[in-house]
Amino acid sequence: MSSFLFQALNGLSAASGLFFVAAGLSLIFGVTRIVNIAHGSLYMVGTYIAYSFATVVGGMLGFWGGIIATAIIVGIIGAVIEVLLLRRIYRAPELFQLLATFALVLVINDATLWLWGPEDLLGPRAPGLRGAVEVLGRQLPTYDLFLIFIGPAVLIVLHFALARTRFGRLVRAATQDREMVSALGVNQAVLFTAVFALGSFLSGLGGALQVAREPANLAMDLTVIGDAFVVVVVGGMGSITGAYLAAVLIAEVKALCIAIGVVDFGGFSVNFSKMTLVAEFLVMAVVLIARPYGLLGREQGAVRSVAEPEEPIRPATRGLKLAGVTVLAVLIYMPLIAQDSPYVLVLGVDVLIAVLFAASLHFIMGPGGMHSFGHAAYFGLGAYGTALLVKWLAAPMLLGLAAAPLLALLGALLFGWFAVRLSGVYLAMLTLAFAQIVWAAVFQWEGLTGGSNGVVGVWPTAPFDTRETFYLLTLALAVIGVLLLRRFLFAPFGYAMRAGRDSPLRAEAIGIDVKRVHWLAFAIAGAVCGVGGGIFAFAKGSISPETIGVGRSIDGLVMVLLGGIQTLTGPIVGASVYATLQDTIMRQTEFWRAMLGGIILLLVLAFPSGIVGALAKFAPRRKDQP
Amino acid sequence: MSDLSIRSLSKAFGGVRAVNEVSFEVKRGEFLAMIGPNGAGKSTCFNMINGQLAPDSGSIWFEEKNLTGLVPRDIWRLGVGRTFQVTATFGSMTVAENVQMALISHAGETFRLWKPAASRHRERALDLLHQVGMHEAADRPSRELAYGDVKRIELAIALANDPRLLLMDEPTAGMAPRERNDLIALVKRLVVERGISVLFTEHSMDVVFAFADRIIVLARGKLIADGNAKSIRDNPQVREVYFGTGKTFARAGAAT
Amino acid sequence: MITTRQFLQIAFAGVCTVAFAQSASAQGTIKIGELNSYKMQPQFLDPYKKGWEMAIDEVNAKGGVLGKKLEVISRDDGGNPGDAVRAAEELVTREGVSMIAGTFLSHIGLAVTNFAGQKKVFFLAAEPLTDKITWQNGNNYTFRLRASTYMQVAMLIPAAVAAKKKRWALVYPNFEYGQSAAENFKTLLKKAQPDVEFVTEQAPPLTKVDAGAVVQALDDAKPDAIFNVLFGADLSKFVREGNTRGLFKNRTVVSLLTGEPEYLDPLKDESPVGWIVTGYPWDKITTPEHKAFVAAYQKKFNDYPRLGSIVGYVTFKSLAAGIAKAGSTDTDKLIAAFKGLKVDSPFGPFVYRASDHQATMGAYVGKIALQGGKGVMVDFKYVDGASVLPSDAEVKKLRPAP
Repeated sequence: MSSFLFQALNGLSAASGLFFVAAGLSLIFGVTRIVNIAHGSLYMVGTYIAYSFATVVGGMLGFWGGIIATAIIVGIIGAVIEVLLLRRIYRAPELFQLLATFALVLVINDATLWLWGPEDLLGPRAPGLRGAVEVLGRQLPTYDLFLIFIGPAVLIVLHFALARTRFGRLVRAATQDREMVSALGVNQAVLFTAVFALGSFLSGLGGALQVAREPANLAMDLTVIGDAFVVVVVGGMGSITGAYLAAVLIAEVKALCIAIGVVDFGGFSVNFSKMTLVAEFLVMAVVLIARPYGLLGREQGAVRSVAEPEEPIRPATRGLKLAGVTVLAVLIYMPLIAQDSPYVLVLGVDVLIAVLFAASLHFIMGPGGMHSFGHAAYFGLGAYGTALLVKWLAAPMLLGLAAAPLLALLGALLFGWFAVRLSGVYLAMLTLAFAQIVWAAVFQWEGLTGGSNGVVGVWPTAPFDTRETFYLLTLALAVIGVLLLRRFLFAPFGYAMRAGRDSPLRAEAIGIDVKRVHWLAFAIAGAVCGVGGGIFAFAKGSISPETIGVGRSIDGLVMVLLGGIQTLTGPIVGASVYATLQDTIMRQTEFWRAMLGGIILLLVLAFPSGIVGALAKFAPRRKDQP
Repeated sequence: MSDLSIRSLSKAFGGVRAVNEVSFEVKRGEFLAMIGPNGAGKSTCFNMINGQLAPDSGSIWFEEKNLTGLVPRDIWRLGVGRTFQVTATFGSMTVAENVQMALISHAGETFRLWKPAASRHRERALDLLHQVGMHEAADRPSRELAYGDVKRIELAIALANDPRLLLMDEPTAGMAPRERNDLIALVKRLVVERGISVLFTEHSMDVVFAFADRIIVLARGKLIADGNAKSIRDNPQVREVYFGTGKTFARAGAAT
Repeated sequence: MITTRQFLQIAFAGVCTVAFAQSASAQGTIKIGELNSYKMQPQFLDPYKKGWEMAIDEVNAKGGVLGKKLEVISRDDGGNPGDAVRAAEELVTREGVSMIAGTFLSHIGLAVTNFAGQKKVFFLAAEPLTDKITWQNGNNYTFRLRASTYMQVAMLIPAAVAAKKKRWALVYPNFEYGQSAAENFKTLLKKAQPDVEFVTEQAPPLTKVDAGAVVQALDDAKPDAIFNVLFGADLSKFVREGNTRGLFKNRTVVSLLTGEPEYLDPLKDESPVGWIVTGYPWDKITTPEHKAFVAAYQKKFNDYPRLGSIVGYVTFKSLAAGIAKAGSTDTDKLIAAFKGLKVDSPFGPFVYRASDHQATMGAYVGKIALQGGKGVMVDFKYVDGASVLPSDAEVKKLRPAP
């Protein structure tokens, strides 16, 4: 028993670390509605800067003074990011800022590599807190004890700052209803900058405090950001106390899993420590299903988009249809055109797969208004459905491919049923949780799925075993997929989707079952995405859990946003540009991440409504007036 | 025969009785106004009838069917149309498409995946727009329209399912006096043509007294009067609520 | 309007690619394709890259192989198998390389192995450790340099047995490498010491170890000895917490890879003294071939070599030797040449076994000690890979491919 109690203490100290980074994110998120993926990067930079202070200056001052100085520096970095970058794109369509912060992740990671080098940097122990004290007959590091108290201490300070000061009242008001703040005549720009600086400060503080516990390393940014988002959402967006409770809940669940360890159930042994892989996502899924706004969150005032609303959709004109057919012809003849450079077909297949991914994601994100952060789940289900059928049942290729949309459809029906009951960022995070749970199941179910190594040896068979025929098959499926989605969007169903997004109240009042419509939309998007996954398995010959990973979901978001979420061609252009860009840049330079990030930043600033969105604005508007 | 029958409807929010044992009826073809000072419980009452809120007790009957506990879309399917106090059209659609959407839903075609929506029920949509005087704006994005025009579009949408009862929550809110009269006159003409019963709330007494067949008055969640324009005007309780001490106003305001 | 634009865009992408494609290849060079997760695993692959650059320079300074210079075309594999396979395909189809080498993570190594088998391309896996590359999923086209998980574990078994401890606890990262290391360890130790008892297992997720809780759970199981497979940042966290909480006091710890400078150096004065580890004591190996290597490396890069440097260096030395022996870059001839190919490395000579295509290059096993405020390996010896590998007959049963 005392071991469980002691593990609870370990959990509390872990919770403090989570809390700092989550509290900052929660504030930023609540006030500015920006999904700031770069928050983890600021945390990482915090650890690196604190390391430098602790080792270069050294001693008490270098360590403790360094931690304070680091938090301030990171706060300033945050303010600079807000002023120079984000402020320019607040009026872009919802979520677009995510794209900018994604670019920042890439740039900051490479900048850190360039400044501090590739090696892990383990800082010194905290001066004055190097030892351990005996608690419950065990050694508890004094630094952990310090962390157990500093978390709640910062919580209390923040709580009173938010409750008692004018700044705090503004923050809370903005979290409830963003427009209210501008209505109150507050300088919104200053408020946003201040909140961003404060959030970054907290993140830098959290990172700096880690310097005594773990080495500064280049993987920290992505490791921490996932956890931070989970904590924010579980706690309830904008609620600092909620963030602390959520951090404690998650850290304790993990500590409990570790404490339980290996348990024998009648000869069948389960290693609970492996559960820590998905513990936070399981917690999040359960919390969101039971409490759609998190532990202490309140229903948000409807987020009215500050961007210009989108144009009504219009069918293609004759001339452009003709041009479309021409381009399709070129693509069909590509195997002949590109005879001398067969790699074009290889890349073409990857681009077409990306198009299927992005178009299906856009289907629910754009017209459906449901931002999925876990679209890779359906891609992965499709890929694994195909691969496992081929591997275990030696299914013929086309049968394997047919399994892809089916399995993805089933997954989407199951997850969608829960997801459509939420909205906004809560929906997004629930989809992410589901994707992570699928990922973990695939990762752990070694016997069926091959675990982390995945399934190997899934190759296309005749007649699709040449580059040319496989490319043509992919092209055919991609074109069919995209045209189907497009057809659906112009059909009553697509209109009903948009109706449910534009005004759920009105839609319900004219007899539309919005949840059901959105649920079906989810299923359709999942199935189409699954087709992409199936092709992917054959294109690569092997798949691993990475096909379901967060990275792939985020890539999909980036493609959709890059192209322009408010247009139907946006995702297709975004996918083509992003996939080609990535392939080209990865080859050109050592610091390809920074370069890719830089290019995305430029695109973000130049085309704040996406590439196609911007093109459409320049194009003459023909049929506007009858 | 009565179209809509409200029986002992009650709803409380955190101990405050927003609607308290309210009962009334709307007869077939009647143009019934519900009035009352701010916070009298009009909107709460409305939202229970259209299914957005579940009542704590009491029941709602429409054409012998019990509406209590039904969701808005089921109520709509039974032949009840509504407009919103704050306009809510589908901003990414044209005016005609907004109406078509309602027609599509009415025809049970929401889940059709193939034939384009733009060509469905277009004639009927244009016809409805014509009746509310908005046919010229048919192909403009609905978000570009002026406020008063949006109200007209909403009316066209509300008529799309050939309702037998129309619920209108402050149909003229935010409009200039002249526009108000025009809109209500239009509504009155259309519903009389079709034999539709109407329950509406309204702030403007001019409009109410000029057009309503009958008037009911809510104050502090209770029904305090029911009658024609003259009897309401002369009702001492109503006079007190509307023109009285102001104390009543304050308390009524605090109630919701 | 939409249909058209979408196709225009794809076409544009295609055209760009055609425009970028350079089909011309420099005459008189042998092109070798290399791919690795440079951005994902920089602490290992940065020195790795230096290592192979040095090897290529040395080979080319002596006139190259078969009268031609070696040219390496290196790609980042993006840290995932999908991009890795595309990079491999790009190297083969566009750059026209005659062979590929590299990869770090097991699942990427496996995916490229599978690709090589399918497309009949010669592939030398440099670093990925999974046993499957040479055994269960091995194929005729793939060879592997680095001592596999099984070999690394087997090298440590004698020391584990010699410790004569009964109660063992295991801690390993929760992915294939960690899992199979733990499995191998349990099987091999049980065989050598039947009364052994495994009291607990902790499998934290890779890069996300809750060190305090894990250390405590291990301690609570009261083991006599611990087998550790954690590496990188996870290892640093684990060691620091373990030291503070007294987990390692009076306990034998046997640990995979911890003696590699990549993972040992960040620990500095907290290096866990007394751990029995596999690794690379770069400053203490006195063989002439290694001394020469270190001298050349330090001169060239003004930095000391890590294990990655050795792996990079020997990978490309192997390729040069293989091409020379084959007398050609023809895939079949290369495969024939690699079977039984003898290579001289800074670790001494080793061979690529014909039976399972595994190199017998070994590793150093020793104890960690503190010298001058940093961790070093002492009492170490070189364990030849050949001495821990199963026999050809046993391997034949594991391996479907010839």
